[in-house]
Order: sequence, then C-alpha cells, then structure tokens
Amino acid sequence: MATSDTPREFEHVDSSTIETPLHSLEVKRSFIGKIWWVMRRYPVLPGFILIVLVIAAIIGPTVAPYERDIGIVGDRHLGILKTSNCLLDADWNPPYARSDWVDYGDGPKAPFKCDEPRYGLWPTGFHLLGADHVGRDVFTRVLHGARISMQVVMVSLFLGMFVGVSLGMISGYYGGIIDEVITRIVDIWYAMPFLMVALIVVLIFGRGLTVLLFVLALISWTAFVRVIRAQIMVLKQMDYIAAARVTGASDFRIMFKHLLPGIMNTAIVVGTLSTSGLILAESVLSFVGAGIQPPTPAWGVMTNEGRDYLTIAPHQVLVPSAAIFGVVVSLNFLGDWLRDRLDPILRQID
Amino acid sequence: MANFLARRFFSSIISVIGATLAIFILIQFHSDPRELFVPDSGWGISQEQWDNLGERLGLNDPLWKQYTTWIGRTLRGDLGISLARDRAVTDLIKGKIGATVQLAIGGWIFAILLGIPLGVLAAVKRGTFWDYFGRSIAIVGQAAPPFVTALVAIWIFAVILGWFPAGGRSPEFNWKEYVLPCVALGWGAAASLMRLTRSSMLEVLDSEYIRLARAKGVGWNWVIYKHALRNALIAPVTSALLVFSGWLNGALVVEIVFAWPGIGYDALYRAVNDNDFPLLLGTVFIFILIYLVFATLADIAYTLIDPRVRISGTKA
Repeated sequence: MATSDTPREFEHVDSSTIETPLHSLEVKRSFIGKIWWVMRRYPVLPGFILIVLVIAAIIGPTVAPYERDIGIVGDRHLGILKTSNCLLDADWNPPYARSDWVDYGDGPKAPFKCDEPRYGLWPTGFHLLGADHVGRDVFTRVLHGARISMQVVMVSLFLGMFVGVSLGMISGYYGGIIDEVITRIVDIWYAMPFLMVALIVVLIFGRGLTVLLFVLALISWTAFVRVIRAQIMVLKQMDYIAAARVTGASDFRIMFKHLLPGIMNTAIVVGTLSTSGLILAESVLSFVGAGIQPPTPAWGVMTNEGRDYLTIAPHQVLVPSAAIFGVVVSLNFLGDWLRDRLDPILRQID
Repeated sequence: MANFLARRFFSSIISVIGATLAIFILIQFHSDPRELFVPDSGWGISQEQWDNLGERLGLNDPLWKQYTTWIGRTLRGDLGISLARDRAVTDLIKGKIGATVQLAIGGWIFAILLGIPLGVLAAVKRGTFWDYFGRSIAIVGQAAPPFVTALVAIWIFAVILGWFPAGGRSPEFNWKEYVLPCVALGWGAAASLMRLTRSSMLEVLDSEYIRLARAKGVGWNWVIYKHALRNALIAPVTSALLVFSGWLNGALVVEIVFAWPGIGYDALYRAVNDNDFPLLLGTVFIFILIYLVFATLADIAYTLIDPRVRISGTKA
C-alpha cells in the first residue's frame, strides 16, 4: 500500500465477503461440474479434435506405419485392430522378400517385408483401423487424407476469401451500378446447385487438383461478398472514413488502410464457418469422382472405394466417414463459438 | 405484387440465359463433341462422316447462331438429341424425372415430419432431454454429408438389420425401397428446419403477447398451439419450400449411392461422364428452371403467410 498516497475505498474490501449469486454459484461447483462448465463455455472437444487433425496433417504422413498406396495382398478387408495375415502365413512373407518389391499378382508375395516393424512404436504388422480391399492400411490412408483435406481446403478458402472480400469491399464501397452487377452475379451464383457447377467445370477442364481448388474457391467466395458488403456499407458512413477522405486519401488507401482492418474479424468468422462447408464439398466431389482421384486417399475417395464392400468390411466406409463427420462437427462448433466471441452481430444473419 | 413478379420473371430469364450461355462458351474450350463417336483407336470415322456430324450438330455455325438455335428449339419444347444415347433429350428427362420427384417428395415429407415437430418440442421443453435430442439430430444432419448418412443407413438397416433393401428401384411401387433414400436425402434439410423452428419458436415464446396470453389465464398448451405456433412457423414454412431447390446436390449423391434411376444420376452424371453436351445443357436448363420456380413460390408463400411482409420493388 505504500505505492499509493491516496488509498481508494474499495481496495480494502475483501472480495470473499461479497455475496453475489454469481460468486456463490462459482464456489459451489463440484469438480465434474467445473469440467462440464468449461466444456460448455469453451469448445474443448472440438478444439482437441482439430488440433489432432492439424498434427495428423503435418506429421502424420511421415510417421504413418505403412505405405500409402501399396497394399499387402494377404491383408485385404482385414478388420479393425487386426494383425497382418502375412505374419501368420509363411507364404506371404518369404525370407527373400525385399522392401522395394512390386506385386504383379502372379504369386503370393508381400510387396514389402511385412514382419519388419518400420517404427519402434508400432507393433509388427498391426492394422489399427484395418486394411482396405487391396490390403492398404486404413489408418495410414486416413492420416494422408487429413493432409490432403487440409491443403485443398486451406488453399481454396484463401482463394475464395481473397476474391470474396475484394469484391465485397468494392461492391459496398462504390455502390451504384458496380454494386448492382456484383450483387446480381452473387444471387445468380447462389441459385446454382454447386455439384452441378462442379461437374460441368470438371467436364470442361478435366479432373485434377488445380481444377478442384478452383471449383472449391468458386463455391466459397459468395458467402464473403454478402457479409463484407453489408459491413462496408455501414463502415463507410463513419466519421473516420470521411476524415480520411478529407485529408486526401485515395479510394485504394481508404479501402486497404481504413476499411480492411474493420472487416477482418468478420472475414475470419465467415472463413471459419465456411471451412466445414468446404470440407463437405470436397468430400462430396471426391466421392462422386469429380474431385481428388484415386489412389490418392482423400476421405471421400476412401468412402467411395469402400462402399462396394459394406457387407464384408464396413470399417472401410465407417472410418473415413467418421473422420469427415468429426472434423465438420468440430469446425461447426468452433465457428459458432468464434462468431459469438468475435462478431455477435453476425448471429442475426444466420 | 405484379411488379415483383415481373421483376422476378425478368431476372429469372437473365439467370437462365446467363447459365446456359456460360456453358455454351465453356464448351468451346473443351474438345470437339464429335470425338465421342471416334473409337478409342482414333480410326474408324471418315472425313465425310466427321463433316456430316458437324453439319448435323450445327458445329459449323458461329457461336451466337448455335445458341439462338438452341434457345429457339428449347422454347418449342425440344432440347435436342442426346449424343451418347441417340434419343431425344426431352424424352430422356421425362422418363427419369419421375423417380427424382418421388425421391424429393419423400425426402421432403421426412424432413418436415422430423424437423418441425422436433423443433417445436425442443423450444417448448428447452433444456430438457428433448432439446438435447433435437439438437444432436440437427448437429448430425448438418455435419454428415449425404453419402455418409446414406452409407451408414445402408449399413445399419440393410446390412445388419436387413429391414430395407440397400438400393435400386423396381418398376412396381415398393415402399421399402423409398425409406432409406428419403431419410438420407431429408436428414440435412430436417436439421436446418429443426434449428430454424426452434430458434423462431424460442423468439416467439419470449415475446410480450405470449406473456399477455399467459397472464390472462390461457392454458400453456393452448398458448403454444394457438398463439405461438402460427407465428413461429413462418420462417420454417418458407424455408421448407426453398429446400426443394437446394435438393439437387443431395439428390445426385443419394441417387448414386442407392443406384436410383433419377435425373441426377442417369441424366446429369452420365452426361458429364459421356461428354454428352445436349443432354448436359438440357438437364442444367431443367434444374435451373426448377430452382427458380420454387424460389419464386417461396417468396409468394412468404407474403401470403405473413401479411406484415410487403414485397417491395427493391432487390431481393
């Protein structure tokens, strides 16, 4: 107390003596109640799932226990938590097997020496999530799929965000005929079933990663235009914009120096909210055959390949489906939470 | 109203023209549609045949002429001839659209029967089991793509339990074949309808006139049915009409998974795979037409249900 010459009254009040309802509520909460309270208040589980996804996408493919595209013939349709058949049957793993073998199907050979664990942590020949119809490890492929999903969605999201935010700013800032044209285009674009657009673009430009990124960007940009335009129309009426104009700032400078920081929050929220939609779109496109092409293991591709074997090996469908579902649910929760935190006004738009 | 309809009609025409014109232009970047008739070896078609084909398909004309010819024929109800199947596109679409419409109506009924009552229940019994049940149904519906719902439904109800067939549609009506596709198609829409109903119901239940009705002694059930429900259902009903138009994405996927011989799978998907551009154009035209009709219907329904909304001449 020596630091202040005039001690204020309220500093002397012991906070524990104040009886507010909120305070007493907080005290009475049990341990499990506290955990429940934190889980309800913050997106703990979704955050955890997404962190796992990001880690899987970054280091997963390098630590994956098996080859991505090379299967072990004897392990076809092997269930969850099963050990490789080639360990049980000596024929599958002849002593002269080499790790760089390619199996042309003319004899019972393993494509690589499968009793040799590739990583110390991993039990020999163990398939955590089973193997698919050509004997590839599903866990390995799901890890690779996480990276592919992340890459595709990130790139197309930033592409869509760039186009959408720019057009939204131009549309809101200039108004008039430019605004009319852009809004019309967005309206018409909104009316299109995206799968139809995607199929046509794929028909015309061919199947491939670049085309897929382009298609997904085409899907994502409209959401930004609408929201950003509405917000710019509010912001440009503000006094500080008028002040900037009076001091002689150009339109470009006003937009990028003065308006852009004001809409960044909104853009981030809309971006988070549309990420889950993009993951869904990517998986649907890959499932239909217009997105990522096999043998690259996108989750949609894995689901599509597995659906013929639903009766004998349901895990081939269920594992990638669960991956898509878990990630999308988490992103939805995180997006909602972020929206409530950063931008409560957006709530009403939903 | 007349002014609004006129504007709507005008902008619909622009949408249709814009979309079909865009496809016409984009197809120019693509390989010659005649290549469909060339065997994989690259041999087996003579120069005269090639030229005759070009003549028949009108490929020698300039782009604007091709387009106006197409528009003219379309207005007379003729969408051209499918390249891959050598049949009139109109007949092809007519033969397939019935299955899709049946699927869509089935899914729609499922979505409404699940979404709206569950939304009302979740709002009225807020914070109880029913609220959490409804919300988890909605979360699943919003996060699972249609093919995941469809495949999991097949796995549980066709493979394990064996209650319903796993796919296909036989010529004679069999209600069992409709259950799984309709559920898979309707779930996503049911989720959004449920969320919408719940939030608008909560909003209404919170309002002054509900409190007044309670204060003057009206029973709780009567308040819900007579006062709250009618006002709360405005948004869900409009959105239920719009659901139809957004249906085509899901319908395509569901038709692929269930081998359903509808317009999405048998016309659009095959047209893309076969590079069959008259069929593609025809399907796109029909799709956009369906969308625009339902979007307009939804707007009209909105004004009919809710007299407070006045359609103005301003942009939608």
